[in-house]
Amino acid sequence: MAELKKLVLGRKNIEDLDDEQELPTELMTVNMGPSHPAMHGTVRIVLTVDGERVVESDVQPGFLHRCFEKESEYATYTQIFPYTDRLNYVSPMINNVGYAMAVEKLMGIVSEVPARAQYIRVIVSEVSRLTDHLTCIGASAMELGAFTPFLYFLKAREWLFELLEELSGARLTYSYVRIGGVAHDLTDDFDDRLTDILRRTEGVLAEVEVMLTNNRIFRDRMEGVGAMEASVALGYGLTGPCLRACGVDYDVRKDNPYLVYDQLEFDVPVGTRGDCFDRYLVRLEEMRQSIRMLRQAMRDIPAGPVMAADPRVTLPPKKETYNTIEAMIRHFKHIMDGIKVPPGEAYSWVEGGNGELGFFVVSDGTGRPWKCYCRSPSFINLSTISRTIHGHLISDVVPIFGMINMIGGECDK
Amino acid sequence: MGLEIATSKLEDAANWGRKFSLFTYPFVTACCGMEFMSVAAPKYDLARFGAEFPRFSPRQSDLLMIVGTITERQGPILKRVYDQMAEPKWVIAFGVCASTGGFYQNYSAMPGADQVIPVDVYIPGCPPRPEQVLDAIMLLMKRVQEGRGHSQVRHKREQLLRTGG
Amino acid sequence: MAKAVLDALRGKFGAGILATSSHHGEDVAIVTRGALLDIARYLRDDPAMAFALPCYCTCIDYLGLEGLQPSAGTVPTAYASRTRGEGSGAPGARFAVVYELRSLVHGQRIRLKVPLAEDDLVVPSLSGLWPAFNWLEREAYDMYGVSFEGHPDLRRIFMYEEFIGHPLRKDYPKERRQPLVRREWTDE
Repeated sequence: MAELKKLVLGRKNIEDLDDEQELPTELMTVNMGPSHPAMHGTVRIVLTVDGERVVESDVQPGFLHRCFEKESEYATYTQIFPYTDRLNYVSPMINNVGYAMAVEKLMGIVSEVPARAQYIRVIVSEVSRLTDHLTCIGASAMELGAFTPFLYFLKAREWLFELLEELSGARLTYSYVRIGGVAHDLTDDFDDRLTDILRRTEGVLAEVEVMLTNNRIFRDRMEGVGAMEASVALGYGLTGPCLRACGVDYDVRKDNPYLVYDQLEFDVPVGTRGDCFDRYLVRLEEMRQSIRMLRQAMRDIPAGPVMAADPRVTLPPKKETYNTIEAMIRHFKHIMDGIKVPPGEAYSWVEGGNGELGFFVVSDGTGRPWKCYCRSPSFINLSTISRTIHGHLISDVVPIFGMINMIGGECDK
Repeated sequence: MGLEIATSKLEDAANWGRKFSLFTYPFVTACCGMEFMSVAAPKYDLARFGAEFPRFSPRQSDLLMIVGTITERQGPILKRVYDQMAEPKWVIAFGVCASTGGFYQNYSAMPGADQVIPVDVYIPGCPPRPEQVLDAIMLLMKRVQEGRGHSQVRHKREQLLRTGG
Repeated sequence: MAKAVLDALRGKFGAGILATSSHHGEDVAIVTRGALLDIARYLRDDPAMAFALPCYCTCIDYLGLEGLQPSAGTVPTAYASRTRGEGSGAPGARFAVVYELRSLVHGQRIRLKVPLAEDDLVVPSLSGLWPAFNWLEREAYDMYGVSFEGHPDLRRIFMYEEFIGHPLRKDYPKERRQPLVRREWTDE
């Protein structure tokens, strides 16, 4: 029998452990390249590993640098809206709203935006937040092997895309918000459709929660992975669901309420440990709070105009454009020269899907901005990755990266 | 004469098999990736074309879908991924950024992925509707059947040059 | 509430503060390069300030607008003024590096601007105080060419290493490409 064991196990003595043998000890450099199934978008992480454990990492973003700032210096203020859509392309309305608010702040017309337009902006922002969190959790779950929640969440996301497509004309890149309000009013059956979709989305959330939250494999892979202390997280500029998972209660909607958030009742979920599982729970609960806010907003939305009555920012009504020369000239100047924004600089920030999304607009008095900088939460959140994956296994990089929700367009601008 | 008919029938049969079992490698970079996810999702099902599961390695795939903007920095990587694929291989440029650069005409966005690799089907749209993507897959399938994809034509030309006929 | 911050800064660092303003409800302090590090340390460590959350770091290129004083920040009631916009606040300074910080404890924000001339584009790095500025300063270096003294790893972040020039400067044309690889055009 001993002979047989020796033959099979190849050791002199059964009690000898494997680390009697000589194993190579040098560190290895592994590239999780820009095109990788688990990298949402394009980021390159050069890992230095000791076996499977990450010792050092170099995160290299910038493979999707599409020059948002340079393009916005050459475009009029209204022409920048499509560029903002493509920043955080899973929650495009929030970018639109953030940018519009920055320009309105610089122009001093924040109070002139009509109440109905403010409610509509809040409604579409929260719908975009839903699509953002659905995509984030769905894709992260898929990378851990849970394919079904991904498909369920995509099904819910389709309903939201169709709703916003009826409203704005596009499924993903809406360009619906304008400086001074929104482009046009809600569709007639928006209320009924939204109510129905919210009811069905809650059902989907309940289903997926059953599948994931108490799932042994999901918890094993997400709990204790990527934890960060609050003080360290603040120093890294972390904001949004990731910071709230660390225990810091910072939500722009509560701390600096904008639009009509101060009139809506909602809670801000805050985690304790800051690991991936807490981030997942925070996002899940935020979706429920968004649904709650949407129901309140649809109940409270007033009637009225959806665009400021300021001739500096609005196009004249079409009938006048075609019939009077003054309106035609005004229309022409608006389109060709852009909205004239007084010289100065302003920074306005909103709660994006990933954190504090801000736009710093510098104007020189013409219709094109001198500088339009986007403070992108994904870029700043991504810089924490080299710290959080330190000491973890290579396979832990996947949930950590997924839960940061780095959106390439926003990170690389 | 008989041999050529037999080989061309064999070729047709092989192309028929290829077109109904496309293994995609989605080279996802930007916003079009969201629409790619929607196309793969149950509503606009990509699985009914046999292209269900993305192969996450270029060595195991034959359809490279370039989804989203390609920047100059990404160029060498795209070329490398394309070179790693085995023949016959096809390329779809998904979205207007991958086709011509879209409205990103600047120092960093490449004006189309075809600056680096040959593309078989271009899908315009920013992002394209999922129905457009399905239409493009059907166009590609037609091309695969006829043997007119870039790599198939290249292969045939090299074959002819070798046999001298 | 945040006026107290500007007053405290003026009181403590008199010579280092060139100007302050509070347009649109935002507090901006234009500071000299030499005083930047001390001011930043004070803002972070002093309990009445407690600016623990870094917001962003960027740079503005005022080519053509150098030396113009910051505008008064009033909102015109008629069509917007056609005067050219505000400058960096210091004559001859083409660039201004901008930092913004936030204090969660006191709910305040402050923006620091450092005017710099083109031939002397160096600023002390704040990445030792707030690690977030590590990547943000790399971005400013990549896009504008500003050097940050004391930065642990100052290299390009968005553009590739072979890129020549700093693209967000006003004199870099938008469409000047520097391709890394192009295909050989054959008939295929």
